[in-house]
Amino acid sequence: MATATTHTPPPPGPHDTTPPKASAPSQAGDRIFRGLSRGSGITLLVIMAAIAVFLTYRAILAIAENEGNFLTTSEWNPAGDPPVFGIAVLAFGTIVSSIIAMVIAVPVAIGIALFISHYAPRKLAGPLAYVVDLLAAVPSIIYGLWGAIFLVPYLGGLNKWLDQYLGWTYIFDKSGEGVARNMFTVGILLAIMILPIITNVTREVFLQVPRMHEEAALALGATRWETIRMSVLPFGRSGIISASMLGLGRALGETMAVAVVLSPSFIISGRLLDPGGGTFAQNIAAKFNEANEYGRDALIASGLVLFLITLLVNGAARWIIARRKEYSGANA
Amino acid sequence: MKLHRKTGLRATALGALAVSGALVLTACGSDDNTNPSGEKKPTAASDVKCDGAKGQLLAAGSTAQKNAMDLWVKNFQAACSGVEVNYQAIGSGGGITKFNQGQVAFAGSDSALKEEEVAESQKICKGGKGINLPMVGGPVAIGYKLDGVDSLVLDASTLAKIFDSKITKWNDPAIAKLNPGVKLPDVAIQAFHRSDESGTTQNLGKYLSEAAPADWKHDPKTKSWPAPGGQAANGSSGVAAAVKDTNGAIGYFELSYAKASSISTVKLNTGAAQPVEATTENASKAIAAAKIKGTGNDLALSLDYKTKAEGAYPIILVTYEIACDKGNKAETLPTLKAFLNYTVSDEGQKLLSDAGYAPLPAEIAAKVREIVPTLS
Repeated sequence: MATATTHTPPPPGPHDTTPPKASAPSQAGDRIFRGLSRGSGITLLVIMAAIAVFLTYRAILAIAENEGNFLTTSEWNPAGDPPVFGIAVLAFGTIVSSIIAMVIAVPVAIGIALFISHYAPRKLAGPLAYVVDLLAAVPSIIYGLWGAIFLVPYLGGLNKWLDQYLGWTYIFDKSGEGVARNMFTVGILLAIMILPIITNVTREVFLQVPRMHEEAALALGATRWETIRMSVLPFGRSGIISASMLGLGRALGETMAVAVVLSPSFIISGRLLDPGGGTFAQNIAAKFNEANEYGRDALIASGLVLFLITLLVNGAARWIIARRKEYSGANA
Repeated sequence: MKLHRKTGLRATALGALAVSGALVLTACGSDDNTNPSGEKKPTAASDVKCDGAKGQLLAAGSTAQKNAMDLWVKNFQAACSGVEVNYQAIGSGGGITKFNQGQVAFAGSDSALKEEEVAESQKICKGGKGINLPMVGGPVAIGYKLDGVDSLVLDASTLAKIFDSKITKWNDPAIAKLNPGVKLPDVAIQAFHRSDESGTTQNLGKYLSEAAPADWKHDPKTKSWPAPGGQAANGSSGVAAAVKDTNGAIGYFELSYAKASSISTVKLNTGAAQPVEATTENASKAIAAAKIKGTGNDLALSLDYKTKAEGAYPIILVTYEIACDKGNKAETLPTLKAFLNYTVSDEGQKLLSDAGYAPLPAEIAAKVREIVPTLS
């Protein structure tokens, strides 16, 4: 492997005490194992770097000829003359749809996880856990078709209701006619799609709460809810956060389901019930087939931004978890 | 804790089962086009001349002609043993890119090669260049759903205003004027367009900007929908499904989608005596009015969207096969010629109308038939 150049007897350092005498075969095993694991680690870094280099290279090719501002233009016409494209709408749409998904999915996922781990009778908990797991195994295109054919017609009524009673909030103000192929529907769909991963990780964490904590709380006369509030939730907080971030990662990158359900347009609008908007991944899926060479580079440039956003989200998650190491049952 | 481990395992197993089940099913679904024991219809493929065709012929491009390709490939492979034609419907842009990289023997495209694409093709076609051979035409139907209205006539100008959100109600005077005697309801118009980039969108845009230049001021060349407003769905199938589900909806898609979902289509008032219905024959009549704008062996067409010919349906899509006029790869040349010979033959063209496409008009088909044998 790459580390095969290390010499068999390590040269004694200046402040060398008696080197640990291990038997020869186990020393060789150590070295091979160290080489293997280091090699794997380096491979991973190389792969990540290669992706970043590829994306950056193609992105620079595209951005160099872009007549618009890549970050602020809300238009996508790389085949035009001159080419003009920008990611403002995509970044806005990606973040808004993910926020809606998180707002809906996280409380529900915590609820399901608590129910399975602490409330449900054993007979029900098992099957319920399977069902949640199975949700994760459904391919996203299936969610997309289900969303477009089943969910969209049904949400029309909910949209009208929200517009009528919550229209004053601006975000639920529906300005025109139109079926529910909007960011709100996308958010609901994404919430369903990220539910299993958040639920499962959270449930695992809840099950790891030391029995003693809970028993201590119960011994003090706490009710079941108080026990959960005092011992389970604080213990699981970093786990919940990391689970949510995993879910967020999926929501940010979801492609086909969004592409099938959303009625995209290059407008930034906070009105969630109006059709319009777009996400990075959806835009790539919609434009890639018919794009010319340069259009593809432009799409890759937008992909680079998604890559960076995902890296930032993961970084933030790690940082939050690292701050609460004392609780950590999940980041070992 | 132990119990929990077990449930996790079981769930994984169930999940794995579901996934592998799905994989097995998909595998079955896509199997039929590579099935070597394809049933031989006694009538089909009698006209195919194999002429030294052998091995594998790779092609890629437009999704609009995919259904036609599937029929042709099936019959061609049944007639010529040991030949495999593999057409990947990845979109026109992707097809042209692959062609210019030398990965495929021909590309299918909704629009003719641009100048810079022709220049690029000279690298692949040694001593020649890429040429456009029109092969499949088809009407783009304007489908609508409006309860209580069985027949609807529109013209280019109202169509442009509808898709540009200038006309927003079905009982608008402009629509009523074209439909005397029809009781139009007071329902909002929900205009659907494609959310993905598409040659279908491009052709509708070209039609609107030529037939109603005053009402459609958007870029006619773009493949993504240029107008603000309206609603979108993914793919022709998505638009068709959305139109079928929504009262007051109107949208555009290839005729076959309208037929498959029994969606009512708009008759066009082109200025001819009678409003024209979207049918394959009517589309062929409109294609016959096209002029050839390509030079030499290049048969790129310039469609006449303003035609007023009786019974000519002007919203049409013509897809090309793009190949090298000279400098095709020696190992695929016989297969390429034999296959294109078949697709443009009377029999190959006759198959088209069953699949919702329009056969080429006799004059253009004759020109293509002259050129295919000269490919080298």
